Amino acid sequence: MVTNYIPIFLVLLAASIFGAAVVFSSRIFGPLRPNKVKIMPYESGKDPIGTTNERISIKYYLVAMLFIVFDIEVIYVYPWAVEFKKLFAQYGLFAFVPMFIFLVVLELGFVYIFMKGGLRWD
Amino acid sequence: MTSIPMEYYLVLSGFMFSVGIVGVLIRRNAIVVFMSIELMLNSANLTLVTFSSYLGNVTGQVFVFFVMTVAAAEAAVGLAIIIAIFRNKLTVDIDKINIFKW
Amino acid sequence: MSLYDIIFYLFAAITILSGFIVVTSKNIVYSAFSLLFTFFGVAGIYVLLGADFIAIVQILVYVGGILILLLFGVMLTNKITNVDIRTGTIHVLPGAVAVGVLMGLLLSAMVWTEWKTQPSETPVTTTVTLGRLLITDYILIFELLGILLLIALIGAASIARREQE
Repeated sequence: MVTNYIPIFLVLLAASIFGAAVVFSSRIFGPLRPNKVKIMPYESGKDPIGTTNERISIKYYLVAMLFIVFDIEVIYVYPWAVEFKKLFAQYGLFAFVPMFIFLVVLELGFVYIFMKGGLRWD
Repeated sequence: MTSIPMEYYLVLSGFMFSVGIVGVLIRRNAIVVFMSIELMLNSANLTLVTFSSYLGNVTGQVFVFFVMTVAAAEAAVGLAIIIAIFRNKLTVDIDKINIFKW
Repeated sequence: MSLYDIIFYLFAAITILSGFIVVTSKNIVYSAFSLLFTFFGVAGIYVLLGADFIAIVQILVYVGGILILLLFGVMLTNKITNVDIRTGTIHVLPGAVAVGVLMGLLLSAMVWTEWKTQPSETPVTTTVTLGRLLITDYILIFELLGILLLIALIGAASIARREQE
């Protein structure tokens, strides 16, 4: 059974070898002669302003958290959807209602955050 | 099914769990402690999948779903708490978060 | 040594080594990225165990979700001016001793117990069975987890977001 996955392993291997080669070959073969202008963030153009080390806003965290919750939702919906036709033939509406309740409960949280203005991007 | 005995997978998950405990015990950064907890949850999942696979019974994998859900909820709330603490005390060092210490 | 064994040892090595790096690295960003490799290694082991859907879910939820959230946590809790992403360790020796004892107990229990195994095959794809079990046998836990996620969502949002003005 695991032989079905050999192509995936091969792709993984090829991708990592190719990536490593691309990243490291220029460091190995290329001459390294940095000067002050070359190592600037924008070699030709604007001078950078401020540091890159600033803390990001909390708004991004909220979006990431919403993403996780709906990620979890997907992993429950997917196997249910794959089997849905047979489940519907067997249980009728009872194959549908539990998932509907689950989705409504999750949407309640989304609606709550939306109404509280948690997603306002001022 | 396979040539590898079940104990190998169990030992692997035991090692992962121990590494996670080490992380929880010795690290001072609260986020690294969180990562170690994820390691421990992963090793528990690995045990569940191993037993499920060697018993030919998919039920164990349903519990992996539940563990993952709880892990996601825990990560979301826990990191929110860490961020709230950081905002007040400007540190995530668990030695310095001691306002309840008597 | 078959191909199967080689793949197992490869993934086991990836998992354990990157797990060690997660715990021991001084730089928290290195920890986060080696956690990525741990998750991938565990996903590979799941594939070897015939749990195909769980492997995909592992990558989707842990790598695509939880790890991203952890990285957001790292970015949100950096000091602004001085780069202070290096963190120390405490109680290394007692911690190591305690965990050594615990690991000995755990591993000896795992190795010496006579586990009951059945030689029966797991089905070729587990997705269908998982969907059926979720909607029939484990339906109560499933609905309760919906409520748990709702609570986590509202709680995390209200903790993290300071009231404006």
